[in-house]
Amino acid sequence: MVILGRVLETGTVQRQAATRGNVVQFKSVGLRYGSGPEVLQDIAFTLPAGSFHFLTGLSGAGKSSLLRLMYLAQRPTRGRVLLFEKDTADLARGQMPALRRRIGVVFQEFRLLDHLSALDNVALPLRVAGVSETDVQRYVPELLTWVGLADQLHAKPHTLSGGQKQRVAIARAVIGRPDLLLADEPTGNVDDQMAMRLLYLFEELNKLGTTVVIATHNEALVTRFRHPRLIIDHGQVSQVAPL
Amino acid sequence: MIGRRSDLPLAKDSTGRFLPLLVALMVFLSAVAVAGVIVLEGMIHRWDRDVAGTLTVQVTPAAGNPAESARLTDERVNAAIAVLQATPGVASSRALPKDELLALLQPWLGSMELLRDLPLPRLVDVTLDQRAHVDVDALALKVGAVPGASLDDHRVWLSRLIAMSRTIEWLAMGALALISAVTSATVIYATRTGMEVHREVIDVLHLVGAQDDYVARQFADRAFTLGLRGGALGLALAIPAFVAVSQAGRRLEGGFVPDLSLPVYGWALVMALPLVAAFLAMMTARITVHGTLSRLP
Ligand SMILES: Nc1ncnc2c1ncn2[C@@H]1O[C@H](COP(=O)(O)OP(=O)(O)OP(=O)(O)O)[C@@H](O)[C@H]1O
Ligand SMILES: [Mg+2]
Repeated sequence: MVILGRVLETGTVQRQAATRGNVVQFKSVGLRYGSGPEVLQDIAFTLPAGSFHFLTGLSGAGKSSLLRLMYLAQRPTRGRVLLFEKDTADLARGQMPALRRRIGVVFQEFRLLDHLSALDNVALPLRVAGVSETDVQRYVPELLTWVGLADQLHAKPHTLSGGQKQRVAIARAVIGRPDLLLADEPTGNVDDQMAMRLLYLFEELNKLGTTVVIATHNEALVTRFRHPRLIIDHGQVSQVAPL
Repeated sequence: MIGRRSDLPLAKDSTGRFLPLLVALMVFLSAVAVAGVIVLEGMIHRWDRDVAGTLTVQVTPAAGNPAESARLTDERVNAAIAVLQATPGVASSRALPKDELLALLQPWLGSMELLRDLPLPRLVDVTLDQRAHVDVDALALKVGAVPGASLDDHRVWLSRLIAMSRTIEWLAMGALALISAVTSATVIYATRTGMEVHREVIDVLHLVGAQDDYVARQFADRAFTLGLRGGALGLALAIPAFVAVSQAGRRLEGGFVPDLSLPVYGWALVMALPLVAAFLAMMTARITVHGTLSRLP
């Protein structure tokens, strides 16, 4: 596991061989929940390594659903989803953890563990990967300080504001310096200044080689940071060049 | 294992609350069963040695005038010997000559002359083959069919006692197996319930890249802690019980109940029971988590 803090500290950009090529590939993917209508239909797109995309669309268009397919919380009802050029349908259960450690996710509803402190929440991806406690205690506070939570290291999520929780969730997603970062409305609860700061963090990660997808309603961000877009409309996804 | 950090808030769960009590009961009963079996085995071993070696058949004298009686009694003795020799596992059988018998009785009854014409019961010494297992009960029946003959009933009774002790041993083992099964079932239930309650936490752990075993270990650690706690309680209850029993045994000393105290290896075994129980709970929890997770989509 490569820890974000360590990389930022040394300033060396180490693109891993595995992150060349296509990180995400959808081939005529369809998704329906239960017996409902298809939320996503015939989705086909490719995200090359090192790319940065905004994912936009109306509320209920299927942004979170699309991201869930990418972080393997949901299986497509038809079509194929490839991650790092491997068909996810062929993955054995035992291969999932290694793959998931390469993917950082900021969930729309945060999904922080209520009984753990901010520090322990952010430390989770490192601890499940067996990173030493020395490194955990060194880099986790550093990152939390960077996102403005130096005073809240030991606070439990229920004592934090929405924006503070969001920053903990972001720190947890990026601490392992993932190859693929998926963020669902990561700036929905913070002021514009913090939103810019967080976007800057994602850009830094992107420069280090991480492929980034950010679902957002925030048009200001989309116009300010000139990245290509994935637009979902009526179950279809189109890839659009920067504005 | 006890101080290891946990990402699941299992310590606050109520699902495992009864587990320590059940493990305590299990360890207490196991301790009693183990100690009981060891003590019984010791007794049986001693008794078995007595019974295995030799048996005695007693033949009461037949009625009638002295000559007639002596002749008939001799016939009975011969019939009994015939039965014995036809029995597999009987190495030899020998009627004690009347002179030997009289010599045995002389210290108590005095003059040999007086005794010579008395109708005395006759004894047959039976030596058993040490390797063969002789069904003493069945032999007693066969010998009993000869008029006036009977197998020494102290030994018959002893062999029944041994049989009963064996039955008690099996019962103890059976009870132990049953309690272990119930305890395992409780661990399985508590673990499954815990997994249901903490489903969201487990989901998140998986999403950040945890292996199934990372989750399983946390449940296993918890089960180990609860099991050890219960085991210690069970042992704490068992030890005073042993002391009481062995003191009661000491008061009976000289009687036929042999030493009731536990040998050193018995104590070691009993002391290890809480650990064994905790280990059992731990493995059960771990296997349960793996089984449940592997059935998830
Ligand atoms: N678990 C589910 N079961 C059934 N239907 C679902 C489920 N999750 C989402 N949907 C449906 O799928 C559609 C897309 O939902 P999704 O959450 O992906 O939208 P979204 O673009 O993320 O919306 P928002 O911008 O409000 O977050 C919606 O119509 C929603 O009702
Ligand atoms: Mg959404």
